[in-house]
Amino acid sequence: MQLTVWTYEGPPHVGAMRIATAMEGVHYVLHAPQGDTYADLLFTMIERRGKRPPVTYTTFQARDLGKDTAELFQSAARDAFARYKPQAMLVGASCTAELIQDDPSGLAEAMRLPIPVVALELPSYQRKENWGAAETFYQLVRALADKTVSAAPREGRRPSVNLLGPTALGFRHRDDVVEITRLLGALGIDINVTAPLGASPVDLARLGAADFNICLYPEIADTACRWLDKTFGQKTVRTIPIGHGATRDFIAEMAALAGVDPAAALDDSRLPWWSRSVDSTYLTAKRVFIFGDATHAVAAARVARDELGFEVVGLGCYNREFAREIRDAAKLYGLDPLITDDYLEVEDAIAKLQPELVLGTQMERHIAKRLRIPCAVISAPVHVQDFPARYSPQMGFEGANVLFDTWVHPLVMGLEEHLLTMFRDDFEFSDSAGASHLGHESTAPLPLAGAAGGGSVATLALEETSPPLTPPASGRGTWSPEAERELLKIPFFVRGKARRNTERYAAEQGIAAITLDTLYDAKAHYAR
Amino acid sequence: MTVLAPVRPATGADCAPVLRERGQREVFCGLTGIIWLHRKVQDAFFLVVGSRTCAHLLQSAAGVMVFAEPRFGTAIIEERDLAGMVDCNEELDRVVDRLLARRPDIKLLFLVGSCPSEVIKLDLSRAGQRLSLKHAGRTKILNYSGSGIETTFTEGEDACLAALVPDLAASAQGAAPELMIVGALPDVVEDQFLRIFAQLGITTVRSLPARRAGEMPPVGPNTRFLLAQPFLGETARALEDRGAVRLDAMFPFGAEGTTNWLHAAATAFGVDEMHFRSVIAPGRERAKRAIEHCRAKLDGKSIFFMPDSQLEVPLARFLAQELGMVPLEVGTPYLHRRHLAQDLALLPNTTVISEGQDVDKQLDRVRAAKPDLTVCGLGLANPLESEGLTTKWAIELVFSPIHGFDQAGDLAELFARPLRRRDVLKV
Repeated sequence: MQLTVWTYEGPPHVGAMRIATAMEGVHYVLHAPQGDTYADLLFTMIERRGKRPPVTYTTFQARDLGKDTAELFQSAARDAFARYKPQAMLVGASCTAELIQDDPSGLAEAMRLPIPVVALELPSYQRKENWGAAETFYQLVRALADKTVSAAPREGRRPSVNLLGPTALGFRHRDDVVEITRLLGALGIDINVTAPLGASPVDLARLGAADFNICLYPEIADTACRWLDKTFGQKTVRTIPIGHGATRDFIAEMAALAGVDPAAALDDSRLPWWSRSVDSTYLTAKRVFIFGDATHAVAAARVARDELGFEVVGLGCYNREFAREIRDAAKLYGLDPLITDDYLEVEDAIAKLQPELVLGTQMERHIAKRLRIPCAVISAPVHVQDFPARYSPQMGFEGANVLFDTWVHPLVMGLEEHLLTMFRDDFEFSDSAGASHLGHESTAPLPLAGAAGGGSVATLALEETSPPLTPPASGRGTWSPEAERELLKIPFFVRGKARRNTERYAAEQGIAAITLDTLYDAKAHYAR
Repeated sequence: MTVLAPVRPATGADCAPVLRERGQREVFCGLTGIIWLHRKVQDAFFLVVGSRTCAHLLQSAAGVMVFAEPRFGTAIIEERDLAGMVDCNEELDRVVDRLLARRPDIKLLFLVGSCPSEVIKLDLSRAGQRLSLKHAGRTKILNYSGSGIETTFTEGEDACLAALVPDLAASAQGAAPELMIVGALPDVVEDQFLRIFAQLGITTVRSLPARRAGEMPPVGPNTRFLLAQPFLGETARALEDRGAVRLDAMFPFGAEGTTNWLHAAATAFGVDEMHFRSVIAPGRERAKRAIEHCRAKLDGKSIFFMPDSQLEVPLARFLAQELGMVPLEVGTPYLHRRHLAQDLALLPNTTVISEGQDVDKQLDRVRAAKPDLTVCGLGLANPLESEGLTTKWAIELVFSPIHGFDQAGDLAELFARPLRRRDVLKV
């Protein structure tokens, strides 16, 4: 048993729902107890869909268990078929139904429905959401792809590809598809099928007609791409076009496969200039911690180091299936990868490293908020605000623009917040000072006047009113009150680093009590 | 005034025949109750023994609450737990030991059963006894089931409170009559009721659940209890088994419901009628004034309740009687006729009462009836809105303070706001 409050991934049948909901003409009959319908609201609320997910639940109750839950399953499947008239049906069990051992596959087969019925085996006690989505997509592709279809000879026609992986409830999948479609258009490449998002079973039947596949989200499409390679001999483009450089690599890889000129699609991003402009100088070597699904985390690390000039100090993912990708990437940055689905471990790592920016999921956003570290979201799981109304892809050149703005924004806000705090106690800025440009005499007394200039009163006020701004980094070394006060004068977004450096310096020098001098000696020691 | 007035038997008033349906039910399971119960009982922890689905449900339903060090969690059953039951019990002990070591402030631990734990017949009551012995003197360990196969949404609270009842102290023999308010209410609402009862001269009033594990009320034949919520069938039965007597009343929604509810207690405790009227007059007037703000918007509008929380019947009564709305169909996951007799009697006889659900068929009825307002869950609200039907999402009615005089205006506003919004939007 594993004690948990928060999980990065839902159960595998939620992954299957993401595939069914992404597609048209597919209906999923899920053998599940009453209550499992909660998953519907992920789609209607977080993704704000205006349609119910195409899922029928058997919603069996305790009183049904003594009777025939198998019959319940069949009548639910029969009703769903009659009502929704899907082109294909998925059938499967959720975690509880897995235990009662009705056999959705056999039961559905016995009904002899006049449409393809794909049975899903999703081991709920071993696997999770992403795996469930990948397996479902793979099973659908395997069952529905017409093996007699193949790509026409290349002469006299544009190359054509399948765009694979985008789903319902995917982080920015909607806009990534638009961006990559636009990019392919610029290169003169046609899209044969985009799946599962927006595809129908009829579309899946035509998969074989493409020259090659683009695996946009390996977590979802990798298994299906391997099968398509084996079955139709279709190569797979594996570069993930997140970031300026990766998008260029993606274009190069694709252009080579398709035999087209990459130039038509190159260089369409503001990121390189924005990043080179002097305003961005202060981004240099900002220490950044990155956590998410493996694909987004690996891509983010490259953008962070090579395109924004950050220092990547932590890299990890929650999906073990892609641990190898994270390990390989971590080597590039000289890091130990963090592969865990326990958010407490992630929190410990962040607290220990004291990064200046966290790139992560919804959970890291809250961890960073608690630790007062700026943060941006780069990966699912995400909340409703990360299914925005505006166009905001992560992929392609426009995606690179979005990344730049999204990641730099919390840092700029950090600088603003620091300046406001620094000037908060200046008498001219206090609430009681009134608006001087209107020429009115201030009616309120100026209780803080004596403290103008950042003297001891202001520092004391800060100590009394603020919660501790940074937790001790390591517990090594005892800080003298004087040194502690001096530390508080350092902007909060570099304070963690200063504390860490000082404690490391103290430990190396064998200094037990950290004084004002230790603080500044350490500063000199680490000066660049 | 301590003389107990004879308790009126339930009227058993009947109403139009109930439409009973079986089919897909679009409802939460009882685990969801944890989300408000853990806020109410401040030193209790709710440990769900279940699957990843249970954990995912709780975090989806709790929203941002899960980031605030909540006092609930899930012990996720894994493949190896399913291999052998002995192992499963040892694992549970290990999880509980670790949890209590990390949270020594926990005085009451609920082991909450789920569908998987019920289906594999993991005996949580025995586990509770075993662990209670081990942690005796520090933490009491109880259990109940919030599984979807046994409980629907608010029935989780019923199961939890019913599990508390056998554990309540017995009141002294021949003790003076005491009033118990049963059902978790927001603290602010509970305080309002306590003030009114004090003004009425009913001296000892206790709540189940109490705010702390050590302050749970005693129970005995001297206990008269008022249900604050309509979904507490099991809890009421357990209290009656211990000799307590239920006071039959409408549920305290709106001016009329609250008056009737308070009056049931006043009658049972022999409070003088004139005194009762003078005490409640200010609150009742305030409630009526506050409700009046929404009347123009709601009067004559039709409303359709999909089943969710069992609050549907008393809320439909409030909207029909006090705001002039026309309830077309009032769906409830479970109809506790005896407790709802007075509210049911006041519903228009054209209203269809439905118990249980076949969601597709019920949505067909919604589309055919085109109600002005449909009360439904979040899985259905946006899809109905996109079809042009105005909705009020039901869960808010469980999480917001809506009971009593001083919340009557807010309650009416919850239903008026979607209609007002529909009228102001020009997009």
